[in-house]
Amino acid sequence: MSDWPPPSPNLLDPLRALASNAARKAADVRDAVLATMRDPDLQRRLELLSHQSLNDFGFDPFGYSPAYVRELLPYMAVLYRNYFRARVHGIDHVPPQGRVMLVANHSGQLPFDGAMIGLSLLLDREPPRMTRAMVEKWVPTIPFASVFMARCGQVVGTPDNCRALLRQEEAILVFPEGAAGISKTFDHRYQLQSFGMGFMRLALETRTPIVPVAVIGAEEQAPSLYNWQAMARLLGTPAVPITPTFPWLGPLGLLPLPVRYHLHFGEPLSFQGDHDDDDLAIGKHVKVVKTALRGLIERGLSQRTGIFV
Amino acid sequence: MTAEQHTRRVVITGISGRLGRLLALDLHREHAVVGIDRRPFEGAPSDVTLHQLDIRSRRCEDVFRHGKVDAVVHLNIMHDPRRSAEEHHTFNVIGTQQVMEYCVRHKIPKLVVLSTANVYGPHPRSQMYLTEDAPLMASETDPQVRDLVTTDMLTCGFFWRHPEIETVVLRPVHILGTVRNAPSNYLRLPRIPKLLGFDPMIQVMHEHDVVRALRLVLAPGVRGVFNVAGPPAVPLSVLLAETGRPVLEIPHPIFESLMRSLYALRVWSFPPPEIGFLKYACLADDSRIRFELDYEPRVDLRAILQDFRTTR
Repeated sequence: MSDWPPPSPNLLDPLRALASNAARKAADVRDAVLATMRDPDLQRRLELLSHQSLNDFGFDPFGYSPAYVRELLPYMAVLYRNYFRARVHGIDHVPPQGRVMLVANHSGQLPFDGAMIGLSLLLDREPPRMTRAMVEKWVPTIPFASVFMARCGQVVGTPDNCRALLRQEEAILVFPEGAAGISKTFDHRYQLQSFGMGFMRLALETRTPIVPVAVIGAEEQAPSLYNWQAMARLLGTPAVPITPTFPWLGPLGLLPLPVRYHLHFGEPLSFQGDHDDDDLAIGKHVKVVKTALRGLIERGLSQRTGIFV
Repeated sequence: MTAEQHTRRVVITGISGRLGRLLALDLHREHAVVGIDRRPFEGAPSDVTLHQLDIRSRRCEDVFRHGKVDAVVHLNIMHDPRRSAEEHHTFNVIGTQQVMEYCVRHKIPKLVVLSTANVYGPHPRSQMYLTEDAPLMASETDPQVRDLVTTDMLTCGFFWRHPEIETVVLRPVHILGTVRNAPSNYLRLPRIPKLLGFDPMIQVMHEHDVVRALRLVLAPGVRGVFNVAGPPAVPLSVLLAETGRPVLEIPHPIFESLMRSLYALRVWSFPPPEIGFLKYACLADDSRIRFELDYEPRVDLRAILQDFRTTR
């Protein structure tokens, strides 16, 4: 079988190129993390964060650990600055202190949108602010993720938890679409799903201003072609998305595409009224927030020149 | 102490337990303390009268019938997972019902029942800090705790049915100290098992703070349900690190079966149905007792564990 063609070097070349490319990228990430760790601005920002209600061991009543965030922030900053290359617009609409509720559109299968909003307030706001996101109730049931979320200051989104944090004058991040928003398929991108009413009742009750935040880019990070609901029921997760990379590439397929994030912060909205009113009256206020958020999304989409640039 | 308080006669059921003894030693100089327990009380102060009776026995009623009783502190609630379910049920539920009956029949003005904050149950969906009106969901996952929930609910029902009696339900978080209970047995294991990837917030309190809280709710005029907690909650891993014992991190899929077999073999004494407490938080909001009764825990976490380490 002398005429058997030996493996062409041309066939292996792209693989070699890919491997060396990956190695180079990994080295870049390492350099970026090292540079970020030494970044004096990052250290200054960490020191500016006010920490009340920590116990002797450095945890707040909900399990948030500033020391944990301090360790993690250089890596997260690389994700924010180098991977998603996030741009913020109108971030000064977030008041420097006092209770505030950030209401954002939810998308992208994995909650990188929440992480990016939190990071924007830590890295791009002057002075920086810590955000406390309200998370899905199934998060505490996931090993490791439950601990990670809690240490980063995320809290299960029950009304009492939210109320307690607002009383501490914290910045709360809410996704009123919930799981329906994050797990929607690609053909529904940038279409707001139905909003819950709970956030508005709490905002009325605690007289908290609402800042709408439009996240542009997250929809394209993991385009879901199909939501395999039967499997989701079996696994007990809100959704099992089928994307071009997941589940075909295994866990690697969970890696989001390096889209560019744009975060558009709207003007604060204040509402007055009875928080115990019926859904019809509350719904009117919710509609105002939804309209403002839709406007921000439309503006963000029209300003965007490309998904990855 | 006023003269009026000095003459109060307090019946403590379950006085020979470690918490009962502490309470008796704390109260006996100011109040006339009468104890009921089937176990002996070694080293009891001479002014404490002990009736060595089973709480289910009819002769207990004599303690309430003779001599004016001003208050009953019902600590006689067993939580020993090695005992049978029947023993558990009759001792806890029937025993508590008996005590309530005696209180009504002999017009005793005050009843304090020691429950536990565990009756809320560890639940991923519940709010982080549970107030007194939160639903008691522990029995959903843990049949052993069901009796404790039943006892608690019975007492709450009794509170509404008998407004003439000042009824107090005290729900402390995990108690540590010289007491022997599920959390202290867990922390006394030579190698402490922990669920890999889970690290819920946990509250513990020192037995002296429980006694302090019992004393506060024993005051005339206090009624209702009170959560009581110690120092601020910490992650379970921090608590385990503070014990200084080696920790065994076990992945969730094999944890339960491993715990079950080790429990059956009597290698470990941590009851398998209580694994939920190692997975999810079950935290009590104690603001009511802090604001209404000026309760303030005095023993911090390091002191609790220091004390815990030195007592066997």
